[in-house]
Amino acid sequence: MRRLLPHPYMSASLFLMWMLMNESVSPGPALLGLAFALLGGWALAMLQPLPLRIRRWGTALRLAGVVAVDIARSNLGVALVILHPRADRRQGFIRIPLALRNDTALATLACILTATPGTAWVEFDRESGVLLLHVLDLIDEESWVRIVKGRYEQPLMEIFQ
Amino acid sequence: MSHAADLPLWAAIPVALLLLAGAGLTLTGSIGLVRLKTFYERLHAPTLGTSYGAAFILLGSMVFFSVLQSRLTVHELLIGILLIITMPVTLMLLGGAALHRDRLEGNDPAVPPEDKAAEPQADHET
Repeated sequence: MRRLLPHPYMSASLFLMWMLMNESVSPGPALLGLAFALLGGWALAMLQPLPLRIRRWGTALRLAGVVAVDIARSNLGVALVILHPRADRRQGFIRIPLALRNDTALATLACILTATPGTAWVEFDRESGVLLLHVLDLIDEESWVRIVKGRYEQPLMEIFQ
Repeated sequence: MSHAADLPLWAAIPVALLLLAGAGLTLTGSIGLVRLKTFYERLHAPTLGTSYGAAFILLGSMVFFSVLQSRLTVHELLIGILLIITMPVTLMLLGGAALHRDRLEGNDPAVPPEDKAAEPQADHET
């Protein structure tokens, strides 16, 4: 079973994506989708990624909800900054020391921070674990560090490590 | 074939609102690309279009085709998933390239040096 399906999540999502794209459950597309799902899993196995284990699905779902709300809020914030520029707006870089080391967790954090308007992931130092973040509307550095570490890093650690 | 005119009013209104909201956000992001002064600020502008801008338009499309064809149409979700996965790669590469160049040329005093000090810092007034 491990040989046939080295990455069950990956294969399952590939199959699901294929079926969504075809919008049908007839045997033809299903068979093709199955073939692609298996091939995708084997291709990923050749890249030898670290094994992915999601420990807490509940925390993952809660994090997704928090992120959706945060992105909506920062959409409004950035739209306001663009349409009504304030003279006292400050932009800048902040450094955030991360304890997160898991590749998948870091990739997820990168997706969250980049998808959020107002924060841009600029650089991550693997050795020291320091993330360089650019913030469009920087009011208080300390609170940004707290937000990233408390709201995102903590749940990601629970989910992946 | 199905046409937009066949859409009942109760569905047409939310679809129109969703499309307007999505297009408005995306337009705002594009205006930001013109208005914002520095490269790092401009990195933030297009994310309006790729986050809720795209989400509203895709949601509108989902409602539109689901109602018109009387069956659930959700393959727009794929566009959203692929956007979320691929967009960070582009923006991180752009940001990293800009940072590398600015450090080499030293032409922007706001760009933090490559020190390993883990203390938060911010500067550059706009």
